Amino acid sequence: MSQIKAMIVDDSSVMRKIVERSLRQAGLDLSSPVLEAGNGAEALGLLDGNAVDLILSDINMPVMDGLEFVRQVQTVEKLRHIPVVMITTEGSESNVVQALSLGAKGYIRKPFTPDQVKEHVLPVLGL
Amino acid sequence: MTMTHPYPDSSAPGVVFERASWTPLLELSTREVFDIMLCTHLHTVEQQERLAEAQFTALVGLAGNICGVLSIRCSEEAARIMASKMLGMPPDEVDKDSLDALGEIANMIAGNFKGKLSGVGHHCMLSVPTIIVGSDYETRSLTGGNTIETTYDFERKPLWVTLELHD
Repeated sequence: MSQIKAMIVDDSSVMRKIVERSLRQAGLDLSSPVLEAGNGAEALGLLDGNAVDLILSDINMPVMDGLEFVRQVQTVEKLRHIPVVMITTEGSESNVVQALSLGAKGYIRKPFTPDQVKEHVLPVLGL
Repeated sequence: MTMTHPYPDSSAPGVVFERASWTPLLELSTREVFDIMLCTHLHTVEQQERLAEAQFTALVGLAGNICGVLSIRCSEEAARIMASKMLGMPPDEVDKDSLDALGEIANMIAGNFKGKLSGVGHHCMLSVPTIIVGSDYETRSLTGGNTIETTYDFERKPLWVTLELHD
């Protein structure tokens, strides 16, 4: 696979950096810069002018949370093919079910190891 | 006055506070976050008087069938070291990220803790973290309640993780 254009959506800039580092540790060849957004609304704005191959999103964010973000991504024809993987502390069974039913392709609970990121992200990219 | 919980499921079961079993769960939740995200093993220590240099506090609210606040408090230097360990960079290169890192650690501890409480999981929501800078303040619960305070040694600096639950 050629370079992967990734977007990381999290209100924590520290967590965005950790997720990016974990993706690179998983062996993904990410194109730089990785797109970053602090909430779902900001992410939707960035997606309007940027093509991406993979989105990793927190759930618990201000302005627009991750579940609403996934729901809105699925309503846009040109975006719904992009795999979205949730990375969140909201790791209850009902949250997982809700995220997957809205269209998320994977779910990683914080705290997470780089191996867990690899385990959940590579399959959704068909790797 | 009737208190309305923001969680939409009114059938959420009540949860009985159990200090004896919840204290080790809070300690385990905290240690796991530090083990996994900072590659640092925390040791619990005897409770210490909070020091004036404990300048940074991160708060995360819990609402649902348990309601309250989880807080983590430490010195500016300890927060800087936490961020450096999370980001894999020298402490002197960490700037405002130390506040962000502390908030995210509080968020992960709260999430990890509620995940360990049988039957609580999806009946409890977390707020986004709030950061307080400074030590000249005190908190007062308006409803009374139960408090668990745990203290750790982090890089030879004290770290307090407190869970304050409303009745």
